[in-house]
Amino acid sequence: MKMLINVPETVVADALRGMAAAYPDLNVDVENRVIVRRDAPVAGQVGLVSGGGSGHEPLHGGFVGPGMLAAACPGEVFTSPVPDQMARAAAAVDSGAGVLFIVKNYTGDVLNFDMAAELAEDEGIQVGKVLVNDDVAVTDSLFTAGRRGTGATLFVEKIAGAAAAEGQPLERVEAIGRQVNDSSRSFGVALSAVTTPAKGSPTFDLPPGELELGIGIHGEPGRERRPMMTSGEIADFAVNAILDDMTPRGPVLVLVNGMGATPLLELFGFNAEVQRVLAERGVAVARTLVGNYVTSLDMAGASVTLCQVDEELLRLWDAPVRTPALRWGM
Amino acid sequence: MLDADFFRRWITATAASVDREAQRLTALDSAIGDADHGSNLQRGFAAVLATLEKEAPQSPGAVLSLAGRQLISTVGGASGPLYGTLLRRAGKVLGDAPEVSEAQLAEALRAGVDGVMALGGAAPGDKTMLDALIPAVDALGEGFDAARRAAESGAVETTPMQARKGRASYLGERSIGHQDPGATSSSLLIAALVTAAEGGSDE
Repeated sequence: MKMLINVPETVVADALRGMAAAYPDLNVDVENRVIVRRDAPVAGQVGLVSGGGSGHEPLHGGFVGPGMLAAACPGEVFTSPVPDQMARAAAAVDSGAGVLFIVKNYTGDVLNFDMAAELAEDEGIQVGKVLVNDDVAVTDSLFTAGRRGTGATLFVEKIAGAAAAEGQPLERVEAIGRQVNDSSRSFGVALSAVTTPAKGSPTFDLPPGELELGIGIHGEPGRERRPMMTSGEIADFAVNAILDDMTPRGPVLVLVNGMGATPLLELFGFNAEVQRVLAERGVAVARTLVGNYVTSLDMAGASVTLCQVDEELLRLWDAPVRTPALRWGM
Repeated sequence: MLDADFFRRWITATAASVDREAQRLTALDSAIGDADHGSNLQRGFAAVLATLEKEAPQSPGAVLSLAGRQLISTVGGASGPLYGTLLRRAGKVLGDAPEVSEAQLAEALRAGVDGVMALGGAAPGDKTMLDALIPAVDALGEGFDAARRAAESGAVETTPMQARKGRASYLGERSIGHQDPGATSSSLLIAALVTAAEGGSDE
């Protein structure tokens, strides 16, 4: 497998050096692996801190900037960051208004962020937490680790980030983040497996004529395998899986997200099918975002995320944002 | 009695076998996880060895606490906090006694395993590292070799289980038929006790 890298061991550090060179608005600490908006801490604002394994770019470093995250902590590829990184990020962005950790529901992320919260609280920093768990492909029960956090992370980070930018207090920003998560559901499909730099070969075997339904963002196999389907059939399957789990009582935000190796030509075509299914099911669409936002290295495939919004959430979604990967209104 | 030197040999032997088995751990992890268990532990234990060399802790408790703290600070994922807690909690129980008995080691590891259960919320049968660690700690009274055998069979016995914790749980029934990578690395940690007792560090 050919990759544009030097050696697997330095992939994350090399990417951070390149990011620093491209975005002077960011303060990138390559050694400690913390990406901070350059003007942090911002007086009177809650600082949003997120993080997770690398390999999901632009998540999370690409969402650092005014109107969204104050800092992001990238871990090794597909591995959660360590508590020291998050505690360092919290200290860098806390203006006294507290920090909000946005955590995807993976055992490693949860454990490391919980440890980091203890470290930050020992330093007198007020810490809130939003756990993102939007993936309907995972059966929710008392006997599993619960649903994964995937595409809804973008909605939570943008909308809670806008609330923080308005100067809303920590408990309010946290409540808005939780509302966004509770209102969001996702479903993903893979047309090819991931190749991680460390392993150098696909993490699971997916024959050319087949696809995986209900995949996450870490190169783990999905829930089910089927013969390849058309874009329209996949849209039917994904949107129906989401709508089996939620009944939107208002307009929704739509994220049609590429997993890393699917071109925009295909993603736009897939979005047309997603919009068709939503129209057939009588679901009103408020805004749509199409692109590669929550990726899984070189995996081909896509995920759909819907978030039911009220007037306030929609206003916060539309609020100005200036980050490397999401930018409007300023 | 076991002194700080024994515990250093134990950690060093664990690091050596993680290094040797990294490919296998990663292969097991690619079947039901995300294919990084081997490389993550390799990175963590290399950092642990460097720290032990630099700080030269003088008691069994200090060796384990330092190793645990270093794993938490370098590994990430679930295995960093879980292995880190296992060793740190055990180190805390041993305190700063210069030498400890095998019974005290067993007691300390029992506390470490309790810490892992509390942190990860897993129980025996969930297809996790606990399925190797719990039988090993139960068997420690009969000696290190008995513990090694118990951990190895515990790891093998995770194969028919359906995962209920961690990333493998997202696969549901598809996790059945694959040995758990965490239980496998735990069996390496326990097997390294035998190496340490034989006086070697297996480097």
